[in-house]
Amino acid sequence: MFHFWAMAPTADAVESRTLHAPMRVEFDYTRSLGPVLSQFMTGLRERRISGGVLSDGSVVVPPPEYDPVTHAQLAELVAVGDEGVVTTWSWVAEPVMDQPLDRPFAYALVTLDGADAPMLHAVAVDSPADMHTGMRVRAHWVDDPVGAITDLAWFEPAAARDEGAGSVAGEGRARARLRDEAATEQSRPGEATGEAPEETSPPAEAGEGELVVTRIVSPVRLAYDYAASPEESKFFRGLAEGRILGQRCPTCHKVYVPPRGACPVDGVPTTDEVELPDRGTVTTFCIVNVPFLGQKITPPYVSAYVLLDGADIAFLHLILDTEASEVRMGMRVEAVWKPRSEWGTTIENISHFRPTGEPDADFETYQQHL
Amino acid sequence: MRDVAVVGFAQRQMKEMDGSPTCVEVLVPIFAELFAQTGWAKGDIGFWCSGSSDYLAGRSFSFVSAVDAIGALPPVNESHVEMDAAWALYEAWVKIQTGEVDTALVYGFGKSSAGVLRRTLAMQLDPYTVTPLWPDTVSLAGLQARAGLEAGAWDERSMAEVAARSSTSAVDNEFAVRKGALSVEDVLGQPVYADPLRRSDIAPVSDGAAAIVLAAEDRAHEVSERPAWITGLEHRTDQITLGTRDLTRSPSAAGAGSAAGAAGVDTAELHAPFSHQELILRRELGLGDDVDVNPSGGALSGNPLFCSGLIRIGEAARRIWSGESGRALGHATSGPALQQNLVCVMEGRG
Repeated sequence: MFHFWAMAPTADAVESRTLHAPMRVEFDYTRSLGPVLSQFMTGLRERRISGGVLSDGSVVVPPPEYDPVTHAQLAELVAVGDEGVVTTWSWVAEPVMDQPLDRPFAYALVTLDGADAPMLHAVAVDSPADMHTGMRVRAHWVDDPVGAITDLAWFEPAAARDEGAGSVAGEGRARARLRDEAATEQSRPGEATGEAPEETSPPAEAGEGELVVTRIVSPVRLAYDYAASPEESKFFRGLAEGRILGQRCPTCHKVYVPPRGACPVDGVPTTDEVELPDRGTVTTFCIVNVPFLGQKITPPYVSAYVLLDGADIAFLHLILDTEASEVRMGMRVEAVWKPRSEWGTTIENISHFRPTGEPDADFETYQQHL
Repeated sequence: MRDVAVVGFAQRQMKEMDGSPTCVEVLVPIFAELFAQTGWAKGDIGFWCSGSSDYLAGRSFSFVSAVDAIGALPPVNESHVEMDAAWALYEAWVKIQTGEVDTALVYGFGKSSAGVLRRTLAMQLDPYTVTPLWPDTVSLAGLQARAGLEAGAWDERSMAEVAARSSTSAVDNEFAVRKGALSVEDVLGQPVYADPLRRSDIAPVSDGAAAIVLAAEDRAHEVSERPAWITGLEHRTDQITLGTRDLTRSPSAAGAGSAAGAAGVDTAELHAPFSHQELILRRELGLGDDVDVNPSGGALSGNPLFCSGLIRIGEAARRIWSGESGRALGHATSGPALQQNLVCVMEGRG
């Protein structure tokens, strides 16, 4: 979930219409693999590349789980070489985060020896002048393959490699070459219908006795410049001055805090600014008993919807300075502000809400807001 | 089949929107414009359908926030697709065909500039063997462009012709993000950026929103003197595996085009975010030299994601309303290198 209760002002915050803040959305997808990709990834961990045999006998890398034409599950994988030919390429003048190389490089479609269709990957060269369709390239493996497409770090010109590149992957390369020769014979279209070659024996034997690769972890890191709406920006700027600003719908006269771009009832911009007091009524609440990563307060504590006096929508905050068991619907609460020196354009200027000691509000005063 | 027409269209395109990616503040005036065009109010709309993406917005359920722009109380009949709103238009058209509703408002929005668009779009690729390599949109289009250049399917000059014509046509488009009279020589004189592509071959990163009103039969006549009647609306997709596609062709575009009746149009608004993709589409849709292609400037003049395809349909419809066109098509694409394609053929009557 993404909350932007704190908006960092930009350098020209005073002039800018809206507040912006850098935001990163990061998550690791764990994806289970079907039988075909499981075998393919297990092979990669061994620095072996395999292709799938389609219904027309052609060999495709990476192997799809299902035939793209007949939609039948692929029954057979065959080994292919880790060297091949570029069939088309494009130059990446300005690489972006997480691409195979962090300096300019080429993406290319490469038809590996023994395959009939090209695969997408990177080719490491210094300049577009070093690239041409038809050039031979060879896989450069990472040092510690784990069973993922990124075990292939990139491809590089095959000739350059022959002229004696680094020796780190020397053993892997030698093995791969041996397997290449076998692959080239075994995976010709039309000849690939017999028993599976040694390289594609049942996955359980892959990895020299280790477990089969049955899933991959795909980290996703996305970076945004997140902007608050003009209305939200006013709200956050108000907080920096210790004020709580809402807006009133010109049609239905409801007061929204935080303000929204449009009244969700009438679909018209909320234009009239309303300053609200920092006290209100608990409409509903929950007691947090469960510890979680990043938790700042020791459970049990209370998260509650607070309906500020004069507002028509409640907002979420903490109720502290009282036993969790004391918090109830209708309880009157007031904001506890942090010291002014700590204020920014953030709702965190309000540390929490605490009971005022006033008599509870009548149910009728907040029943429309539950 | 019920006769359904495009009777309203409004749009905003900009290089960078100074506002929230929910785009509520952009949608509110667009809806107001459509109500002005049709004379209708919120209650006259039977179905609302939107196209947008949380990956673009950088937040979850951004399309739910956008519903604020409708004013959805009492609740409205509403749906959403995580695709260009041209596919939302397809859903709305089907909804009208069922007879459940007679009118629909379709909208799409996206703030592409919030993230690194060409990188964000890697999220739409095969998540096992392709996305982990983070191939950006421009690079994938570059592979396609070179494949066609080296196969002789097109050449550098024909790509430059598309870029020059688009930029020049966009001069009259008040919403265009990139425009200006440009000759083929001007384009060819520009440096190559992402070899083989020049910047002018690549649609500019754009923010924006757009919306279309659909109406059936009498409801269309009620608000429009010359509705743009939809005579064919089809979409197709090609396989996800890049390596097994002939990137110089687009069977899905050809299939959608022939099923929708693309032959015989006088105007075509094509959603081609890269110059060579217009060349592919013209071939696959069978558009001859006499067809007016992208009079608005097309996606090369502005490509706000998740509404750029819908804008093509709106631009085509607009030319039918005005009588400039008798029969026009709007096209939308989605996915890498023209993987998915939608064709909407419209005609004016009388």
